[in-house]
Amino acid sequence: MAAEFVSTGSRRRGFWLMLPSLLWMLGLLIIPLGLVLVVSFGRRDTDGNVIYTFTLDNYLRLIGFSRTYPCGSTPPPCFDPLYLTILWRSIVLGLQTTLLTILIGYPLAYFIARAPASRRNVYLFLVLVPLWTNFVIRLYAWIIILRTQGVLNTVLGWLAGLVNLPFQPLEMLYTPGAVLLGMVYEFLPFMILPIYTSLEKINPSLYEAAADLGANTWRTLWRVIIPLSMPGIVAGTILVFVPVMGTFIVSDILGGRQVILVGNLIQRQFLDARDPAFGSAASIILMVLTLAITLYYTRRFGFGEEITSA
Amino acid sequence: MKYAIEMRNVSKRFTTAAGTEVVAVDNVTLEILDGEFFSLLGPSGCGKTTSLRMIAGFELPTAGEIYIHGKPMDATPPNKRPVNTVFQNYALFPHMTIGQNVAFGLEMERLPRAEITRRVGEALELVRLSGYENRKPHQLSGGQQQRVALARALVKRPEVLLLDEPLGALDLKLRKEMQLELKKLQREVGITFVYVTHDQEEALTMSDRIAVMNGGRVLQVGTAAEIYERPVNRFVADFIGETNFLKGTVVMATDEPDRYLVRLEGGAMLMASCEHPLQPGQQVVVAIRPEKMHLNGSRRFGPYADNHVHIPGRVQEIVYIGTDTHYDVALEAGPIVRVREQNSGVFSPRLALLGEAVSVSFDAAVARILVD
Repeated sequence: MAAEFVSTGSRRRGFWLMLPSLLWMLGLLIIPLGLVLVVSFGRRDTDGNVIYTFTLDNYLRLIGFSRTYPCGSTPPPCFDPLYLTILWRSIVLGLQTTLLTILIGYPLAYFIARAPASRRNVYLFLVLVPLWTNFVIRLYAWIIILRTQGVLNTVLGWLAGLVNLPFQPLEMLYTPGAVLLGMVYEFLPFMILPIYTSLEKINPSLYEAAADLGANTWRTLWRVIIPLSMPGIVAGTILVFVPVMGTFIVSDILGGRQVILVGNLIQRQFLDARDPAFGSAASIILMVLTLAITLYYTRRFGFGEEITSA
Repeated sequence: MKYAIEMRNVSKRFTTAAGTEVVAVDNVTLEILDGEFFSLLGPSGCGKTTSLRMIAGFELPTAGEIYIHGKPMDATPPNKRPVNTVFQNYALFPHMTIGQNVAFGLEMERLPRAEITRRVGEALELVRLSGYENRKPHQLSGGQQQRVALARALVKRPEVLLLDEPLGALDLKLRKEMQLELKKLQREVGITFVYVTHDQEEALTMSDRIAVMNGGRVLQVGTAAEIYERPVNRFVADFIGETNFLKGTVVMATDEPDRYLVRLEGGAMLMASCEHPLQPGQQVVVAIRPEKMHLNGSRRFGPYADNHVHIPGRVQEIVYIGTDTHYDVALEAGPIVRVREQNSGVFSPRLALLGEAVSVSFDAAVARILVD
């Protein structure tokens, strides 16, 4: 009886504590999302206003079947894989970025977690320092480094000159590689931090136990350390993959007109093409795709399944 | 090879974060016999765990040599040493089942699957955990986890098993059970056990031989009886069991070797033995165990013999603890000694009253002269 009383009391208190965030979610997430969903089934008039109706045209156009717009010189209805290509490119870039941030971030997180306790905070601080400067400004810095007359080409040219090799400046800016580089650079800290957190929680005597039982460093890593740091890798993957799928600034600044991602597509539909209906449909598709991939991934590797330490 | 483990003049120095140098192990030489249950006993910070970690290979000595079955270990990494460790907190792999934990070491040896399965089954049977293969460590009690850690180390058939306070986290009753079980297991498998503990009773119960350590040094090595009955210095006498210390002055050496006449504080004279050469006039401490002392009061007079020393005092405290009764007696010369009288009668009455003037007596042969 007493327990029930306490639990209803705390449940009521819990509701009041949750109310601000519930209202926030409702007003700024659920309702706008509902609006986006409604608009995505609409149509655009010649002035760029939304006509509220129910049509699947926007979605069909995204997967390539255009019923109202010409495909290049072919008049509608026609097939144009342009948007499918953009979607595919975004997914591939998202996966590449995630993989690279894991490959670069994991050793660094491992290094920090195994460093003497007194130095760990300094290293973590260094990981976070870039985040103090504005995102866009840091991307412009990459332009200075990567452009044809940029820092990297100058250094490479000077090195080539030293050994008397002919040097043709490399075209690095406005390529898919530049966008990937920017993404990895931008999102690396979000991979390092959760991996570090889960590595740091591993009882140091497990390293010794593995060595004691005959495992060398690599096998200790594969059999003990990586499995135990999976929660960190999963959390980092979500923190990196989800925003990479949606961002448009990196591709805009480092990709120019060459590398268009879903994020750019959505932004242009809203701001340049003035077709909110098509932009909304693209947003919904992006969300569904991201959710599906994330769900599959977390089902596969277990999200937040903290392994209870013995 | 006669020795399972030899430590020759091994030292380990650490530099702390503050930059000061700490000597954890100071010039330790030890010989551990093949097949014996050997304990490293001492208070925390005495260097026992560091010594064990150097044998395991987790730490390398700053100076000296460690041999395992005659082979010098030098900088051999832990995974290449023929020893296995049972860790203080067990260090079971939390993401693996009990079966996978025990199989881990054998998989590292790349043994065939069938052999691994068979040996894991045998090891779990040895520690009476058959049928727990598919549980996770956190589903087991502390005592069961402890036994898994034991199985995981023993399944590798090490030449030496190192145990770092493996019973420290268990409650008293379970600890007592596990002490006997470990000792029995050690006899069964015949592997050398090197056991680190700060619990003197644990060490006395289980060990064939004990090394008492303090301040990074080995103070005494011997069987439980040797260490209890013939402690070499005040620290060992004090750390192992209870001891009464009486101050005294050497009067003269006697005709018998190693026997000296000592005058205790308060005037009592006695002849007792000491392995160190002593000079007349030297200040010494005489150690007598409480159970080797007798109480002589109005209700009873203890055993009497010519060589018994009697010292007058007053009963200050009487504590009945079932098997014995403790009498704390304030001697006229100042120190308080404890006399432990066994309650072996049908109904054991108190031998003296609180505040009563009594004397404590002991056979001079049980007294040890210690120089600090």
